[in-house]
Amino acid sequence: MMAAPEPPHPSGSRMFPTSADQMVPNSGRPEFGGEREGRRLDVAQALKSATVAAVIAIGLFGLLIGFRTDQGAGGALGITPRPDPLVIVVAVVFVGRFLLVLLWAARGDVVRLAPPIPAWVKPVLTRIGEWFGPALLGFALITPIIFYDNRYLLDLGIMVLTYVMLGWGLNIVVGLAGLLDLGYVAFYAVGAYSYALLALYFGWSFWICLPLAGILAAFWGILLGFPVLRLRGDYLAIVTLAFGEIIRIVLINWQSFTGGPNGVSAPRPSFFGIPFTAGDDGFAATFGLEFSATHRVVFLFYLILALALITNWVTIRLRRLPVGRAWEAMREDEIACRSLGINTTNTKLTAFAIGAMFGGFAGAFFATRQGFISPESFVFMESATILAIVVLGGMGSQLGVAIAAVVMLGGFEFFREFAQFRMLIFGAAMVAIMVWRPRGLIATREPSIFLKERKIVSAELVEEARK
Amino acid sequence: MEYFVQQLINGITLGSIYGLIAIGYTMVYGIIGMINFAHGDVFMVGAFIALIAFLAIVAMGLTAVPLALFLVLLIAMALTPLYGWTVERLAYRPLRGSLRLAPLISAIGMSIVLQNYAQITQGALVKPLPPLITGGFTLIPSADFPVRLSNVQIIVIVTTLVLMTVFSLIVARSRLGRHMRACEQDLRMAALVGVDTDRTISLTFVIGAALAAVAGIMYLLYYGVIDFYIGFVAGIKAFTAAVLGGIGSLPGAMLGGLLIGLIETFWSAYFPIEYKDVAAFSILVLVLIFLPSGILGRPEVEKV
Repeated sequence: MMAAPEPPHPSGSRMFPTSADQMVPNSGRPEFGGEREGRRLDVAQALKSATVAAVIAIGLFGLLIGFRTDQGAGGALGITPRPDPLVIVVAVVFVGRFLLVLLWAARGDVVRLAPPIPAWVKPVLTRIGEWFGPALLGFALITPIIFYDNRYLLDLGIMVLTYVMLGWGLNIVVGLAGLLDLGYVAFYAVGAYSYALLALYFGWSFWICLPLAGILAAFWGILLGFPVLRLRGDYLAIVTLAFGEIIRIVLINWQSFTGGPNGVSAPRPSFFGIPFTAGDDGFAATFGLEFSATHRVVFLFYLILALALITNWVTIRLRRLPVGRAWEAMREDEIACRSLGINTTNTKLTAFAIGAMFGGFAGAFFATRQGFISPESFVFMESATILAIVVLGGMGSQLGVAIAAVVMLGGFEFFREFAQFRMLIFGAAMVAIMVWRPRGLIATREPSIFLKERKIVSAELVEEARK
Repeated sequence: MEYFVQQLINGITLGSIYGLIAIGYTMVYGIIGMINFAHGDVFMVGAFIALIAFLAIVAMGLTAVPLALFLVLLIAMALTPLYGWTVERLAYRPLRGSLRLAPLISAIGMSIVLQNYAQITQGALVKPLPPLITGGFTLIPSADFPVRLSNVQIIVIVTTLVLMTVFSLIVARSRLGRHMRACEQDLRMAALVGVDTDRTISLTFVIGAALAAVAGIMYLLYYGVIDFYIGFVAGIKAFTAAVLGGIGSLPGAMLGGLLIGLIETFWSAYFPIEYKDVAAFSILVLVLIFLPSGILGRPEVEKV
């Protein structure tokens, strides 16, 4: 009844595609400008198109940008015209559209939304890809040594690594199992609150609470997994989104237990029992060092690096286990999976549970690093950010997720001066990258099993599950 | 008893608003099989357009409220669809026939853009508007709890009924409606028999946005306060309504909207109000488990 339009099935069998070039025209994307035959520099045409665009822009932005509503002294809303930004925006739209139409006409061919990568780039990229991952890891390892004095960079590094870990955790659910989870932040919250509350009520230390936080988050993952087992992709997305909101609302309102909007404080971490204090039994005194607050930051850096690497290692190993292969098979085609006797129920539940577990670990780390958590930290925007990291990095690609996390959070920091615009840019970038490269920045899939030589499968050749 | 009747009236009013938004979801889902994630934010932008248009009209010296509101309705229904159209053009059309997740993610991006656009241009503070329409009728005069039906509630319910009727007629009778139904059944087949599918899909987004704009005005009138974040929660609830009624079904969207409105209102009336959203979201989960095709929806057959 409501079948989504499907791309034409690629010629040839899905397992053994003949060449990448064959696939491109078949990708089913609409191609703009296809109707313009006999192209030339048509200024009148471009002007007309640009005028239409400018009129639409006035309609779109006229009221919201052209006027500002403010509460006056008496509390009543007043309105002030604000023509300058409106004029600028409309002018940008006009000129942009004008140039775009001219460029399209000048290029003389159909504008592809995703220009094919030239043939010579691929081997070069593969070579770069081979040493890029280890280089990134090496850089992460020596970062605290190089930037020992730069507290700001270390904090940024810790944040980036937290998101790398979250991205890798979510990658299990979205990238490997193909289940779109928009409420991943709920498990992050469960982990963080597990640690903070266990420490608050029982006085347990971080190292006891860390595994417990993971287990509790995994438990919640299974709990969420059960109702959504039967759901198709989009429904699943909405239910997980609703679940994330439910967790947040409960955290806000259950004041007697969670502290409500005021949040709850979480104890600082210790070096396997030795606290980072200036006292005689502190870390500095025990190891004969001069006390410095940076010790804890460096320790946190290596802690999250280790946690993230564990996540990565476990994911890579799991991919070779039957369950990991079942995940990927399920991502490609769930019906085929079922007909081959794979228990999709268990497969989905393990994906949810393991993904959630890593979210829980990251949450516990987040709590101990911040020293204080509140429901404010676990809004939908966080879920969207983590999902964006996974998707932009290329679903299923471990390296891509790491690069996307670095680029995105680096970008956030870079645009800090335009703080109010950066979420706008973030959203626009999500749209642009999806249009430009729907499979993410690194669109290759490593085979989990291979004969003699490891051939990287371009994801263009793998058809997405049609659910 | 009086309390119950009063909540019933409030619930129907709220449900009408949800129903209007839900139609946008259900139509788009019916045609292209995707959740229009930015729809809740289009509703929010519609409310802002209505607010600014009203203030501008008042500032120009027109103070007759009914006439001003009628003009606001026209302006919002004319301008908000531009947003729906833009969302489709930027986030959906380039990705048609692409991966399953891609349009969903680009729509989430659009939703973020719209939210922040409203926040940047109009500020993060809530925008209160004094009650424009006052008065009403007392249905059941009672010493301790008189049941009142306010004029705002009458306007909301009547407008919703009128729009629903008009829209149902469009879908059932007009050429456009026929095209829409053809696209819903089979997009490629419809294109083969000469239906301009791109245009039909665009118009579906446009109509959905126009109805969302009306819902935005109703929200503004009923609650008297809006901010840039109202689209998110209202969007999820309206989607719940569409799923509850059976996604793809127009009467279902309206019925689902009413039910969600009633559930939320009665929960607020008899249980802790802080958890009213939890109640609405739990309904979504329960419906999807036990009644995945909704109340009026047709069961979906999975084809290989």
